[in-house]
Amino acid sequence: MRAAAAPPAFEPDRGWRLNPQVALRAEAFGALAYHYGTRRLLFLNSRRLVDLVTSLHQFARAAEAIDALIPGDERAHYERALARLAASEVIDAV
Amino acid sequence: MLAEDQDGADVEAQSEEDVDELLVEEVSIDGMCGVY
Amino acid sequence: MRSETHARPLKERFARGLGAPICLTWELTYACNLACVHCLSSSGRRDPEELTPDEARRVVDELAAMQVFYVNIGGGEPMLRPDFFDLVGYAVDQRVGVKFSTNGTRLTAERARRLAAMDYVDVQVSLDGAIHTTNDALRGEGSYAAARSAMDNLAAAGFGPFKISVVVTRDNVMQLDAFSDIADGYGAQLRLTRFRPSGRGVDSWDALHPTAEQQRMLYHWLRDRPDVLTGDSFFHLSALGEPLDGLNLCGAGRVVCLIDPVGDVYACPFVIDRQFLAGNVREPGGFSTVWRASDLFVSLREPQSAGACASCGSYDACQGGCMAAKFFTGLPLDGPDPECVFGHGEAALAARSTLPQSAVGHSRVDRSGVPVPVPMPVRLRAPAHA
Repeated sequence: MRAAAAPPAFEPDRGWRLNPQVALRAEAFGALAYHYGTRRLLFLNSRRLVDLVTSLHQFARAAEAIDALIPGDERAHYERALARLAASEVIDAV
Repeated sequence: MLAEDQDGADVEAQSEEDVDELLVEEVSIDGMCGVY
Repeated sequence: MRSETHARPLKERFARGLGAPICLTWELTYACNLACVHCLSSSGRRDPEELTPDEARRVVDELAAMQVFYVNIGGGEPMLRPDFFDLVGYAVDQRVGVKFSTNGTRLTAERARRLAAMDYVDVQVSLDGAIHTTNDALRGEGSYAAARSAMDNLAAAGFGPFKISVVVTRDNVMQLDAFSDIADGYGAQLRLTRFRPSGRGVDSWDALHPTAEQQRMLYHWLRDRPDVLTGDSFFHLSALGEPLDGLNLCGAGRVVCLIDPVGDVYACPFVIDRQFLAGNVREPGGFSTVWRASDLFVSLREPQSAGACASCGSYDACQGGCMAAKFFTGLPLDGPDPECVFGHGEAALAARSTLPQSAVGHSRVDRSGVPVPVPMPVRLRAPAHA
């Protein structure tokens, strides 16, 4: 069932993790993410993005995960991707 | 065709956001043809 | 939703090599207690070779191991399977979501309560007319009442949002707002799907498929109603302008497929024919080998030829439409869809020398092998023929 309140906006200085209601299935292009609660399906179109999402919980802040895994010139793109994933409830604030 | 012209203009004007959009794409589980 | 025309090449890449289906249709039985005129699976009689309850559970095990997210269960009438609830429970316990499609005749108040207590189960009740005369002309006398009763039962049980699934025909396309009102009344989701000339649908398709004008109206109605589901079944209409919601491509053998009641694997439920048979789950490699390696699916995942549509500027939007629509109207697969929005399909249809006829399939038949309506307490009228 859909969450009653809107999900919190993505903030890189908070800790985030993959939502336990989401199944992530690796594919050649990256991964498919299926949210069992909302019935939404998402395509994650880069393996780097998949690594980022699955590693998020290991870092106190999402910004540190991005530092560790994403080249400097792509930071903004991946931050915006994480923002989209947060809006779709694929990732949760810890 | 009008729709194609509009799409062309969109792509040129928003190339940065396009890359972001392409990193994550969303569709409903009901959004694929070939199921009941 | 913003245009995704520029993103289509990426989606086509996905369609070329997914490790497992995203979801799939699983017809549990060919048995059915109705005899709908347009039945896409020509259902009626149970097949003696149906998967046993144990075989069915093994299929679920495979789907879970492959991480198929969801199964769309249908038939025939799936609630006629004695192991229906066992199987649904078995699937959701392994995190394989279930949506099942039903005519509602077996969805009693007690079963509605049972379903309401289950996680990851969605229900879709079939309805092809917003009033009983329109509906029952296709589905049989009493079928409208049975469907509404099932919906009442779901609502009373606190099931939550269920789906009402409508096949859009020439006779019900002016009832879209009325369907929407019915769905709103229940807090349910309306789902409209394309009438394909599949199964028994071959015999009535010419008379009942929406006209070109009606299709244009439908496209604009859907564009105004992003809350209405379509199962991406109208991607051929995307040539009219901005694409409708969904992947806007044929998923058969690429992101979805069908497992039929005897374990046969077809590209999709609308092409139950030898030409689109990929294999059988009873084969040594099981379903996963059929999905990954069958000749049919491997060939469907190759880039398809535009053929006669190559010169049309809209091929990228519609990709030549639906294989099933072409196959069962006797049109070549590398040419226009019979309902091509620019009328190219109409010309091809007019040029046909013979009209296709439905195969008997699992339809109930009389002694000379002619399909007949179900003789039963709910009195059904004879199917209308074109």
